[in-house]
Amino acid sequence: MAEEDPAAAAAGSGSESEEGEDGERRHRQLLEAISALSGRKRRKLAERSEASGQVSEFNVTCKGAGEKLVLSELLQPIHPKSTLGSVRKELARVKRKAAVELPLSKEEAKRVVREAAYVTTSKDVGKWQQVVLQNRRAEQLVFPLRQDIATVTPLERATSAWKARTPLEQEIFGLLHKTQQPITDPLLTPEEMASVQAMSLEEARRRRAELQKARAVQSYYEAKARRAKRIKSKKYHRVLKKSRRRQALKEFEQLHKSDPAAALARLEELEQLRMQERMSLKHQNKGKWARSRAIMAKYDLEARKAMQEQLARNKELMQKVRVEPPEEELCEMPEEDTDPAALPVPSEANPWMLGKPSGLAPEPEAQEGPRDDRVPGAVENKDEMEEEEEELSEEEALLQDFEQKRRERAGSPKGQGRDHGADGTEIGAEQPGDSAVPPVCAEELGDSAVPPVCAEELGDSPVPPVCAEELVGTGPEPPPQAQEQLLLSEQLRRVQTMEDVESLAKDELVEEQEKLVALRPGKQAQQQEEGRAGDRHTKKAPAKRKMISLEAVLDGKPQEMDCPSLPVVLEEEEGGIEQRGMITEAFAGDDVVADFRREKRKAEEAGKPQPVNLVLPGWGEWGGTGLKPSARKVKRFLIKPPPAPPRKDQHLPHVIMSEKRNIHAAAHQVSELPFPFERHQQFEQSMRTPVGPTWNTQRAFQKLTAPRVITRTGHIIQPISAEDVPDTAPGSEARPEGEAMPRRKAGPGKKAVFSGKAVSKGKAVPGEKAVSRGKAVSRGKAVPGEKAVSRGKAVSRGKVVPGEKAQPQRSRAR
Amino acid sequence: MPRILTRSSGCSARVDRTPPLIPAARFSSRTCRSTERSAGSRDSGGSRAVHAGPAAPIAGRARAGAGAGPGPRGAMRVKVLSRNPDDYVRETKLDLQRVPRNYDPALHPFEVAREYTRALNATKLERVFAKPFLSSLDGHRDGVNCMAKHPKSLSTVLSGACDGEVKIWNLTKRQCIRTIQAHEGFVRGMCARFCGTSFFTVGDDKTIKQWKMESPEYGEEEEPIHTILGKTVYTGIDHHWKEPVFATCGHQVDIWDEQRTSPKCSLTWGFDSISSVKFNPIETYLLGSCASDRNIVLYDMRKSTPLKKVILNMRTNTLCWNPMEAFNFTAANEDYNLYTFDMRFLESPVMVHMDHVSAVLDVDYSPTGKEFVSASFDKSIRIFPVDKGHSREVYHTKRMQHVITVKWTSDNKYILCGSDEMNIRLWKANASEKLGVLAPREKAAMNYNQKLKEKFQFHPQIRRIAQHRHLPKSIYCQIREQRIMREARRRKELNRRKHSKPGSVPLVPERKKHIVAVVK
Repeated sequence: MAEEDPAAAAAGSGSESEEGEDGERRHRQLLEAISALSGRKRRKLAERSEASGQVSEFNVTCKGAGEKLVLSELLQPIHPKSTLGSVRKELARVKRKAAVELPLSKEEAKRVVREAAYVTTSKDVGKWQQVVLQNRRAEQLVFPLRQDIATVTPLERATSAWKARTPLEQEIFGLLHKTQQPITDPLLTPEEMASVQAMSLEEARRRRAELQKARAVQSYYEAKARRAKRIKSKKYHRVLKKSRRRQALKEFEQLHKSDPAAALARLEELEQLRMQERMSLKHQNKGKWARSRAIMAKYDLEARKAMQEQLARNKELMQKVRVEPPEEELCEMPEEDTDPAALPVPSEANPWMLGKPSGLAPEPEAQEGPRDDRVPGAVENKDEMEEEEEELSEEEALLQDFEQKRRERAGSPKGQGRDHGADGTEIGAEQPGDSAVPPVCAEELGDSAVPPVCAEELGDSPVPPVCAEELVGTGPEPPPQAQEQLLLSEQLRRVQTMEDVESLAKDELVEEQEKLVALRPGKQAQQQEEGRAGDRHTKKAPAKRKMISLEAVLDGKPQEMDCPSLPVVLEEEEGGIEQRGMITEAFAGDDVVADFRREKRKAEEAGKPQPVNLVLPGWGEWGGTGLKPSARKVKRFLIKPPPAPPRKDQHLPHVIMSEKRNIHAAAHQVSELPFPFERHQQFEQSMRTPVGPTWNTQRAFQKLTAPRVITRTGHIIQPISAEDVPDTAPGSEARPEGEAMPRRKAGPGKKAVFSGKAVSKGKAVPGEKAVSRGKAVSRGKAVPGEKAVSRGKAVSRGKVVPGEKAQPQRSRAR
Repeated sequence: MPRILTRSSGCSARVDRTPPLIPAARFSSRTCRSTERSAGSRDSGGSRAVHAGPAAPIAGRARAGAGAGPGPRGAMRVKVLSRNPDDYVRETKLDLQRVPRNYDPALHPFEVAREYTRALNATKLERVFAKPFLSSLDGHRDGVNCMAKHPKSLSTVLSGACDGEVKIWNLTKRQCIRTIQAHEGFVRGMCARFCGTSFFTVGDDKTIKQWKMESPEYGEEEEPIHTILGKTVYTGIDHHWKEPVFATCGHQVDIWDEQRTSPKCSLTWGFDSISSVKFNPIETYLLGSCASDRNIVLYDMRKSTPLKKVILNMRTNTLCWNPMEAFNFTAANEDYNLYTFDMRFLESPVMVHMDHVSAVLDVDYSPTGKEFVSASFDKSIRIFPVDKGHSREVYHTKRMQHVITVKWTSDNKYILCGSDEMNIRLWKANASEKLGVLAPREKAAMNYNQKLKEKFQFHPQIRRIAQHRHLPKSIYCQIREQRIMREARRRKELNRRKHSKPGSVPLVPERKKHIVAVVK
């Protein structure tokens, strides 16, 4: 339809221009005529000029075949019709459009795709730029970025997943199951569980009440005991003790009457206690307390008493118990044992004498161990002793005395291990004679027993020093080289000792030694000769070693050179004066020499140590303006330094030697400015600030020495991901904020660039803005600024990158 | 401060001038007497006057101070030192004793010199304790060709040898815990799945095999979970960091879904064999590969298209992406150098790392992204900081041959290298580090020493000590030789430039020298 309409319109338009058609017809005829001229007759199709019912398809011609059809002409007559407006518009667009280009070659197409993809991808990756920069500049990075809390899987879960597979495992499991051993929860077996559950509530309550009561009672008792213990009265304690003893006695008697077997058992028990006490060595008078008491006993009555008690107790414990005591004694013995401290000790009694308990059989055999071979007279059998008690008591006193002293002496000098008892016997032999001394004196002796022993030790150790050295010398036997390095003067003696050794065993060694010795004197002599040979030789050697040492040159006594005090120009014989005159004329204005001299003087002045002025005006006198400190004070507080060492250019008038530069230090100094620094002041500043704990507080020290990267042992560091990044990477997905964060500490200078620590934690930046604290505000300011910047960047990139241009091309290619 | 001192001294001066007993009489005020009385009551009468002497000025001053307002009767005011117990009493018994310290710089002179000495000592100690080699894991029967880290376990590492054997090692025990005969011929590449449950190997027998990470249970046979038989040899494999996707390389880069036996897509650009392919650990859709025709190609998995190609002077053996910087990767090249590229600007590398004296065969980043380790054919491994052109450390041993593969462990502490002579070696990443738990004191000292070394690193003596490394003679000679060659080349270029028309011999920076072209 749409195609027919324009045709009709065309027909219409043709009828309109009649004249034009005539012209055309004529033109066609002309053309035919011309073609006829060429000779070939063309077949001419019949021309249909009017509408007819039968239309041959071969006869169809269009009248204006050669003419150009102008579309707008076709449309013109139906211009007012609005329905065709859209068609017309479309046609107009089609007409405007250029011809479709050829599709791109495959290679080209691929390249276009790649380019587009590269652009988008690099843009995607580019969002990490900020993060990367931030991490690079961060003062401290803590890895792993995400701090996970390790969770421990419960044992039940771990075991439930596991199954027994091997026959052995299965067997073991079968066994375990049979006995219903706990596998999953390894706390209680079923039996145990049952037993635990069996305890009823009532029972539990009762039990609890009991426990509570017991605890209360215990605490009362403890409190009471503490109170009683705090009572200082001696009398109270004595009474207490006595009453206790009485009580015990009474009880025992009762027990004895009612139940002899129980009494016997109790006796046994007591005996056991006694034995333990005896074994414990508590009463040996060796302890710190005992020794201090011994010292104090001289001055303090109390101490003396305590000492005596202690001694008595010791004595008592040390005595040998008769193996088969008579029946009567059985009862009495334990009484003593129950509370031996409560023995009626006469305060004035000799503690040494106390060793013999009055009523109880004083066994001389108690001292058998130590005494047996020393005092042969004391070794007697029991029968004899029983017979002559009186004599024995005296003897025993003596013996005990002696024994005591011996023990004390053994206790005091501990370091000197006294293995052979010969010395002891000697002393014993000496001392008993005057040992009938009042107790205090005896004690004193006991205390002062140390020096004599020492003296004796000194006495019996007098090995001649030579021998001692011999001993030392033979011990290590250093190798020959070492011997050579040792001092020569001692070698002679050694040889002697070696000869001694030689006589004992080694011959070859000694021969070697002899050889060495034979060599040594020769060497010595040589050396001496060398020494005498003169200083020249010895001086030469170091000179060779050192090449030229500046110090050696400069430190030496400067020789007086007779050089003129002014720099001199050597005069030539002829014409010298003229030349000189010329020079002086030329340099008439500037006196170089005087300048130099002045300069040197200045340098000398500067090199001199300055006096220290410690005068404080107004100190100790009236202050105020216009007051001068007194001359006396100035004199006193002006500290003159010691004179400087003589200058090295002292005698070189035409030289200034600066001693400021230290060539030894130069080797340790940085010669050129290292890379990150731009000025030497910066570098010096960085060197000057110390970081050590000597100069900084603990906190500052920790801050200064914080490492750049912290890693945790045994933690896997995962690659960074979008979740690790706080607020940069605008395109990234929703990120959990807070803990899942690289902990960063931005330096003070970097805060403007990055968000600080608090901000980067992402704790609601706007909220922080609201807070009007100094720091928080500055951070808050920094953050939006940064955001704006990043956004700006993104925009600009969008402009620059030809992504939009590439897009349609790609679509066409597809 | 000075004013107070002046007053006190004035006071004492007055006392000095007058006989000692007089002030006591002069200040016979009530307060003074009370002092005297109290003193007298305590002491015997003989010492009374003596006691009153020094007490007088104090009393006098106290009165002067209290002159304005009437003080309480009979009470004497004595100025005493008052201290706040908070300053010296510990809160709990377990707290450290507070040791007051005067930080006045005048009291601690020569800070620079002292710190310099400390730095020197620290440097010396560092060199003394620099013993990086920890152990050697032996058990392979052929050269170790590839290694893989376990993504979840630090103590596990996998290695594949040239005879097709794969071993799993326990690093804490330093033992092989499992051995698999995985392939015939080389094990070309291996990688672990991101979850650590299985791993993949590719070999010369044109197969890809997936294995369970756990050893087979009792009665089970050692068999791969999946086996994919390919048409060509695969030379490398890498697994995606988050998805069940892996990539292989050979004739082309194939991207596989774990569930399928044919690749999801194949990416080609050029016709040479590709030696290595690596997924970007951060932007996980990105891939990088390097081929024998001297190029490095980047791919995007999302669009299944290559992105860009950069052609270097010589072949790149492997590349490794920086795990902390998404757009940076480092390529280990045959021309003895490593090149760190920013993938957005491939026209020139960000940094050229040169120190090796033979082809660099493998490279791996430290998990912190600050350093990387490279393995070379010159029988050494070197550690480079990312932003430095030269290495900070070189490791070698007498018996270590050409190092083929190297890995930096995920805790940033150790380095593993597998070499031709069948051993895997375990090194410390920080040569002088003390292993094991450090006391806080030790840690503080270590940090301080580190800081000092850093601070004084430019001083010649310290630098000389810190930089000293022992090298085997072969490497040393080669380095010297190459230095001479480089110098000769430089001189020749200079001369050529000098004797030709200005501008005709352009000055090419080192970074541009090694890039042939960038293909879009």
